[in-house]
Amino acid sequence: MRIYLEKRGNGKIADGAFFGLVVACALSIFAIVVAIVIVLFQRSALSRHTFGMSFFRSEDWDPVSGLFGAYPFIYGTLVSSFLALLIAVPLAIGVAIFVTELCPKFLRAPISFLTELLAAIPSVIYGLWGIFVLVPLVRDHVGPVLEKYLGWTGFFTGLNIGVGMLTASLILAIMILPIISSLTRDVMRAVPVSQREGVLALGATRWEMIRTGVLRNARIGIVGAVILGLGRALGETMAVTMLIGNHAEIHKSFFAPASTLASVIANEFSEATGDLYLSSLIEIGLALFVVTILVNAVARLLIWAVTRGAPARST
Amino acid sequence: MANPSLPLIDPPQSPRRPGKMSLQIRHVIDLAVTGLSVLATLLVLAPLVAILVYLLYKGFSSLNLAFFTQPPHPVGEEGGGMANAIVGSGIVLAVASVIGIPIGIGAGVYLSEYGRGTVFANIVRFTADVLNGVPSIVMGIAAYSLIVVRQHHFSALAGGLALAFMMVPTVTRTTEEMLATVPGAVREAALGLGIPRWRTTLSVVLRTASPGIITGCMLAFARVAGETAPLLFTAFGNQFWSMKLSEPIAALPLQIYIYAVSPYDEWHRLAWAGALVLIALIMFSATLVRVFTSRGDMKGHS
Repeated sequence: MRIYLEKRGNGKIADGAFFGLVVACALSIFAIVVAIVIVLFQRSALSRHTFGMSFFRSEDWDPVSGLFGAYPFIYGTLVSSFLALLIAVPLAIGVAIFVTELCPKFLRAPISFLTELLAAIPSVIYGLWGIFVLVPLVRDHVGPVLEKYLGWTGFFTGLNIGVGMLTASLILAIMILPIISSLTRDVMRAVPVSQREGVLALGATRWEMIRTGVLRNARIGIVGAVILGLGRALGETMAVTMLIGNHAEIHKSFFAPASTLASVIANEFSEATGDLYLSSLIEIGLALFVVTILVNAVARLLIWAVTRGAPARST
Repeated sequence: MANPSLPLIDPPQSPRRPGKMSLQIRHVIDLAVTGLSVLATLLVLAPLVAILVYLLYKGFSSLNLAFFTQPPHPVGEEGGGMANAIVGSGIVLAVASVIGIPIGIGAGVYLSEYGRGTVFANIVRFTADVLNGVPSIVMGIAAYSLIVVRQHHFSALAGGLALAFMMVPTVTRTTEEMLATVPGAVREAALGLGIPRWRTTLSVVLRTASPGIITGCMLAFARVAGETAPLLFTAFGNQFWSMKLSEPIAALPLQIYIYAVSPYDEWHRLAWAGALVLIALIMFSATLVRVFTSRGDMKGHS
């Protein structure tokens, strides 16, 4: 028996090899991230040494005279993402409330499926639709109305050609809606049913139950979902590039064309001449990378804080 | 207090303590909020329906046989198609899948079977989440700097690698989740029969979880199939037939982008047709996913 077993051998070598293989795969995830960081760091060295930190404060973006400053793009990214959140968050929470608390059972699956379908549409198709539907809509209908009633704020004045900050923010809002609403839904489902029953038993109406029983318990997770949406909006490229107008200038009016960190890379990278130009664009990419990672990490931590320890049972 | 007429307006027989509302007002607010959330749902579904209907309408009216058989024609010439872009997308996606899926599954196996609970596994898991959140345009620059700069020319390989980087985290996380659902008794039974651990993992655990893992791979595939930004300066696009990995290659999303921002009506028409084909491709893989997952469900029940 023993001789037989020894002759057959055991799986030690094969086992070791297999273990090595899967560890190598796991390490390669590491390697990818490290390689991205190193390569972005190296390639942006020229611009980092030339401009230093003033790169992020300077408003000049003048490839002809070799002056590069990222401030207009930072401004464009922040404003467009913020506007998109402003539009998307109330809607997304509304949808999540409807789906988890109010909607009849037979509608629940189709609505979830449809909102997830929104997430499956590629960015470039959003851009295409935006160019042919959203741009004329904003130019001829939405823009004039906003100018008439909100023109006094200074945000909705000036020439409205359809492409610009407003249109880009609208498309961004449509694109980040599914992720915010589906995560908010998950977080709200993680709130135990006994909470709802308890509040209802105290004589609350349905809205009071949702407000005090569900939203208040889920708020950290909802904030996490919103931040994750923000991360998506910050890095979104194609649809924004196609709709924002690509001007490296800062205007107060949302009708004016602008530019974001991602859109300037998409738009100018392949025609960038000169090392300094290229390395400035890569430094913008590095900044985008760092910011989105920070935003995503914060969001994940917040969502974990809520859904961990939640009952697996979902209703 | 300054106005003595106030108490007269508020009749003394309905005492209102601060913070308490009458039942009627509470019901009105309840109804209003219900209405608002229904309205929000409709507002969200409206653009989705608008996009799909417009896409189908525009796409079908511009789709023809030439679209699938011919490469693009020069500006001003009628007709032409995106045959080279469809093939090119296929090649780039095949490269991405060949590189990305095995690495993703391997890492998932490590996380679930070997590294459960260890610090290293947690770090890997976190890194995968980080990689998942990297904007696709940054992935494009990274692949450009890693490969295109060294090779001194754009190539299909660089495009495929950029997409592979994006597939890895999705595949890893779904593989890990799916393997975690395989009951420990299955592993113990296989090990008890004297099967070595690697063989247990490959032929028993992975086999049991395969429907879920295939789902994850298809989801990752569908996600990168529509990506444009990572291909802008890696695969770069090509107006002619090319199947070589070391040369610039056309891809469907890239071609849609180039045509969409062009000023020619004929090209716009082709962009819509391309968008329809792209959506059809993505929906097709999503449906495959549904088929596979439902099959997995049935297995679980029996």
